[in-house]
Amino acid sequence: MPKKKNIDLKVQIGKLKLKNPVMTASGTFGYGDEYAEFVDLNTLGAIVVKGLSLKPKQGNPPPRIVETPSGMLNAIGLQNIGINSFIKKKMPFLRECKTRVIANFFGDTIDEYVKAAEKLSSVNGIDALEMNISCPNKQSGWIIFGTDPKVTYKVISAVRNSTNLPLIVKLSPNVTDISHMARVAEDAGADALSLINTLSGMAVDIQTRKPKLANITGGLSGPAIKPVAIRMVWECSKKVNIPIIGMGGIISSDDAIEFLIAGASAVAIGTANFIHPGITAEIIKGIRNYMSSKGISSVKEISGSIKC
Amino acid sequence: MNRTFKASVVENKKLINNHYLITLNPAVKIRKPKPGNFFMVAVDTGLDPLLKRPFSVHRWIDGNFQLLYRVVGKGTKILSEKKPGNVLDILGPLGKGFPAPKKNRQVILVAGGLGVAPVFSMAENIKNRAPLLFYGTKTKKSLLLIDEFRSLGIDPTVSTDDGSFGTKGNIINVLKRYLTRNSLPVTRYVLYACGPEVMLHALSHLATEYKLKGYIAMEQNMACGIGTCLGCVVKTRKGHKRVCKEGPVFPIEEIVWD
Ligand SMILES: Cc1cc2nc3c(=O)[nH]c(=O)nc-3n(C[C@H](O)[C@H](O)[C@H](O)COP(=O)(O)OP(=O)(O)OC[C@H]3O[C@@H](n4cnc5c(N)ncnc54)[C@H](O)[C@@H]3O)c2cc1C
Ligand SMILES: Cc1cc2nc3c(=O)[nH]c(=O)nc-3n(C[C@H](O)[C@H](O)[C@H](O)COP(=O)(O)O)c2cc1C
Ligand code: FES
Repeated sequence: MPKKKNIDLKVQIGKLKLKNPVMTASGTFGYGDEYAEFVDLNTLGAIVVKGLSLKPKQGNPPPRIVETPSGMLNAIGLQNIGINSFIKKKMPFLRECKTRVIANFFGDTIDEYVKAAEKLSSVNGIDALEMNISCPNKQSGWIIFGTDPKVTYKVISAVRNSTNLPLIVKLSPNVTDISHMARVAEDAGADALSLINTLSGMAVDIQTRKPKLANITGGLSGPAIKPVAIRMVWECSKKVNIPIIGMGGIISSDDAIEFLIAGASAVAIGTANFIHPGITAEIIKGIRNYMSSKGISSVKEISGSIKC
Repeated sequence: MNRTFKASVVENKKLINNHYLITLNPAVKIRKPKPGNFFMVAVDTGLDPLLKRPFSVHRWIDGNFQLLYRVVGKGTKILSEKKPGNVLDILGPLGKGFPAPKKNRQVILVAGGLGVAPVFSMAENIKNRAPLLFYGTKTKKSLLLIDEFRSLGIDPTVSTDDGSFGTKGNIINVLKRYLTRNSLPVTRYVLYACGPEVMLHALSHLATEYKLKGYIAMEQNMACGIGTCLGCVVKTRKGHKRVCKEGPVFPIEEIVWD
């Protein structure tokens, strides 16, 4: 059995090299600084920051979150401080962290996506971009970018042409065939895929007969969505040649390993950060222990090792 | 100091119907909470309930702390079943508490229902300032801590919705009557309040009418408690603010009501 020190956790997402496969999921880790008290940020594979837009966004009215069985619905509405404030106020801190910084971003129009990507690409210390296409498109009646293959292709290729940074595309799971969308993203030039974003859902208060969220619907995350996410990672990994970052309900190293086996090259931890703010470090430790107990020397051997 | 810690249940006592007082003993030394601060408590280790639940600090006694809570759903039900010796995962203290009152101000404490939990901790902190307390509940049976307030030297002015104790009606009207009769200029008063949203809303109208300054503790559904999920915002004059970070205590004039 290999000794602990021979365990290799390094993974590669396109050109992006990570010291281990554990990243944070966008929107669940703020801009990193709030978590420094709970976890040594230098131990993380990467920090993915809250979704950014060109201009600051106020987001949706409250209530914005509600718990559901083994999960939560959120309708934050992409509230964020905007790219300029992010660069000025948050990047100085993130630049000092010995981890990769991945900027998650979105826009209301293709032009906004392109401008956001260009702006973020020029910032020292940002190692990769993750584009969130699970948001509404102003130019086509607010239909989600990531649900129409033609629009998906268009917006990804436009961004692809405006950045040299590794480009990760975060897919919307609210489609009939996600593996088709994965192919579209690969064809449009994505270097990697992140999946899954939250599943569209709703909850109603039976006393008042009102929706529990002011926005009526919201995105479901947490352990409740894990089986769906695993299935989607597995399906997509068979259809594309680019690496997949798996997420959705990971709350333990066992969950993370399940994603890796199903076909993910790396994983992201989301809702679990709210429950245990130090969970990311625990998960890294757990993956290491699993490898050492199974005699696995490189984490890459686990990725896609599913037997079926 | 790390704000995640384990605490064992010292006592979990039913006070009145559905209302409990839990005393917790942290396994490590923790930061002393301020009145208005809160803790996020994992009521169980399973996946449902999933998120920690927020509770205001009620009392701090020699390194132990107490929470006063009402059973309203799954999480608080589980909490009410905890026995001495059970260990809970906790995060805190969190949020901005009530600021200390300026010198020469007459403090008016306003509590509605379980809002009395943090208001009591404020009262304890400033008992030498002879604060006034206006306290409203549904009925006599749901009144809490009356003796404890008296032992701080505070004689509560009480109202109940059904008139079973004190004045019948809502406590904001009682406060209003007090203010119309009193002799101090309004700038001498400062309000500290916690209670149901309808009460705080009514209080904010009163504050505008009488040009009163003060602070109110807000509530909102929470996931992280540390400012990262952006789930707990309230509308303020300066845009959305997070109850867990910029709050739970806000200057009364800052909140925008629907
Ligand atoms: C800063 C703050 C301080 C609080 N202090 C106290 C206190 O001292 N004593 C006390 O009894 N209660 C307090 N609460 C309210 C308490 O957190 C909720 O009653 C509790 O979370 C309900 O959990 P549940 O599982 O029993 O109810 P659920 O079945 O989850 O829901 C029942 C009700 O509780 C509300 N609720 C559900 N989840 C949350 C959540 N994550 N955060 C807030 N409300 C929620 C729902 O809107 C619903 O009306 C406080 C809340 C906040 C935000
Ligand atoms: C409160 C909250 C905010 C989120 N914000 C974003 C965001 O800004 N951009 C994004 O691409 N995904 C966002 N997500 C989705 C997560 O990154 C992740 O894809 C999803 O929650 C599934 O993982 P989980 O079950 O581990 O949370 C958010 C999720 C939550 C719960
Ligand atoms: S509870 Fe997450 S930001 Fe306040």
